[in-house]
Amino acid sequence: MSYRYTIRQHTYTFPDLKVLLAKASPYRSGDVLAGLAALTYEERVAAQLTLADVPLQIFLNEALIPYEEDEVTRLIIDTHSATAFAPIRHFTVGEFRDWLLSDKADTLTLQQLGPGITPEMAAAVSKLMRNQDLIGVAQKCENITRFRNTIGLKGHLATRLQPNHPTDHPKGIAAVVLDGLLNGSGDAVIGINPASDHPATAALLLEMLDYVRQQYYIPTQSCILCHVTTTLELIEQHAPVDLVFQSIGGTEKANQSFGIHLALLQEAYEAALSLKRGTIGNNVMYFETGQGSALSANAHFDVDQQTCEARAYAVARHFKPHLVNSVVGFIGPEYLYNGKQIIRAALEDHFCAKIMGLPMGVDICYTNHADADQDDMDNLLTLLGVAGCNFIMGVPGADDIMLNYQSTSFHDALYIRKVLGLRPAPEFEEWLLQQGIINKSGQILPVSSSHPLLQQLA
Amino acid sequence: MKKESLSNAKPMAADPWEALRAFTAARIALGRTGVSEPLHSSLQFKLAHAHARDAVYSELNTPEISNAIEKQFALPVYLLQSQVSNRQEYLQRPDLGRKLNPTSLQQLQLLAAPVADVALILGDGLSAEAINAHALPLLQILVPALRAAGFSLAPVTVVQQARVAISDEVGLALNAKIALILIGERPGLSAPDSMGAYLTYQPRPGLTDESRNCLSNIRVGGLAYKVAAGKLLYLIKESLRLQLSGVRLKDNVNLLS
Repeated sequence: MSYRYTIRQHTYTFPDLKVLLAKASPYRSGDVLAGLAALTYEERVAAQLTLADVPLQIFLNEALIPYEEDEVTRLIIDTHSATAFAPIRHFTVGEFRDWLLSDKADTLTLQQLGPGITPEMAAAVSKLMRNQDLIGVAQKCENITRFRNTIGLKGHLATRLQPNHPTDHPKGIAAVVLDGLLNGSGDAVIGINPASDHPATAALLLEMLDYVRQQYYIPTQSCILCHVTTTLELIEQHAPVDLVFQSIGGTEKANQSFGIHLALLQEAYEAALSLKRGTIGNNVMYFETGQGSALSANAHFDVDQQTCEARAYAVARHFKPHLVNSVVGFIGPEYLYNGKQIIRAALEDHFCAKIMGLPMGVDICYTNHADADQDDMDNLLTLLGVAGCNFIMGVPGADDIMLNYQSTSFHDALYIRKVLGLRPAPEFEEWLLQQGIINKSGQILPVSSSHPLLQQLA
Repeated sequence: MKKESLSNAKPMAADPWEALRAFTAARIALGRTGVSEPLHSSLQFKLAHAHARDAVYSELNTPEISNAIEKQFALPVYLLQSQVSNRQEYLQRPDLGRKLNPTSLQQLQLLAAPVADVALILGDGLSAEAINAHALPLLQILVPALRAAGFSLAPVTVVQQARVAISDEVGLALNAKIALILIGERPGLSAPDSMGAYLTYQPRPGLTDESRNCLSNIRVGGLAYKVAAGKLLYLIKESLRLQLSGVRLKDNVNLLS
């Protein structure tokens, strides 16, 4: 079905939903690289005006990537909840936008709505929104998950302590873990990106993190971010696996480029559940995503990069993850060129995931060949703090010496908690208090050299 | 307020675990002022970022490089351009950085170069600084070693606004059995001048990363020139012997040898 809109004397024609969504997307270098972006400012707004009048129902009937050819499409269609969708089934995309911003769409309503929203609906409505709309709606969402602590409560912001080391040196990693804990970081997860995918190295690091956690009764979870097949192997070897990590994409072909498919994720999910290592909940998966991954794997089927990204959230949602985050600025300037594009994309990702019901965090980050710096990260951090982001990264000095990119630091987390009155996960906050790392009002305290953590770990 | 009371206020809290820095290059034990990073480390970060950004926008020192190559190795040097017209476009259109512009391609084709074993290509990539600093010192070891091993060399090319895969087109046009491109890597905060080397057997447009062998982090403080040259010589010998490159060509040279 084709879509038309006339502005003055010019009639814009969009041959199908896929083209309409791509042309309606805010400008970004990845869509230009893929040859999908609107050619003029007017064409972009024409597409947005056209999209506003499209009924939400159409997204259930017109698949962007054919049902027969793509298991992610099949997952989206087969698991769609007609019951949850009922309250919004009569809306157009434009009416949906207005309703989401209205007071009728409160926290409880949005929680119930999640299973009725397909990724394409979420992407479509986000394209009609300004940044403040994306923040305003996301701020109303509350998607809570539990393993050994509670992540996602309103008024709280967690961090993933990311103690990477270029050679996976256990002492180097332990030093960063200590630095992070003493700066109040690590409630979302203590998660290492290993430099090698050797199972033996991963097992060693898992043992070390598990030892530290148990020795000091830290109410958190650990994760080695290796390939899901490696983690499955580790589970078989009885390594202490808390969360199973995997990078995911929004098409079957993109997932193939990651060496995964849905059945493999299901296998890993069930294996992790069977370990029963969570104490207060059983959210056992950790997924990472990022705009541009489908395009870079030549697996995007001419679907714009933001819509592909939202489709990855359908994959994530199916496995009830503890954490999901968009590594928004990692992939480089050919997908998101500058601070403006990175900030916009992050707010879109966070919004889409949140209304779909996911426990969304963001790796607020950039590479050195992108036109961005720490000021852009400060802006984005502050916006996401207001938007109610579940968690961010905690990297020493914001500089990851293994992955060679810049993210958010332990200090950045302290800043956003302070200026917005946000608190760590409640169980972790209690532990920080016991350890004398924070006081009752949540203020971070100076640590003396006689602190027990320093005495025994250092 | 008196000067004394200002200095007594001590807004900066140092961390008592500075000794742990011995175990990692990560920016730990930075201390705090309030919840924030102290100025010194904030400016150190900015300086490292400035070096990385400047590296992205640095330019190849082409006159010096080509003069030195012609003089030291008695090899002709050709200056080429990709289809990219400026740095902004380079960063957003990797597809254009992988293709020679028509003039450059024609220039190579008109040479009708005889078959050679190895075509040496220098490309700016994401850090021309890396090539300015490290290409010649590496070639000073590698070129004599290649000649001593009896390999023939195509004319040397220096390509501006280049991505790795442009070596496919250059290698083919020069009739070379192997294309070896030295190219500036994505600058990190601790290393704005890392040079990478990518080797492709029977280069031709359309090849992808799995058909290349890569050495990275060639720089002072990284992979030493002598070690890099030794590994490249080994890979070139093996590539010509086995008539392949990429994932099926294994690098069996010990890094420390």
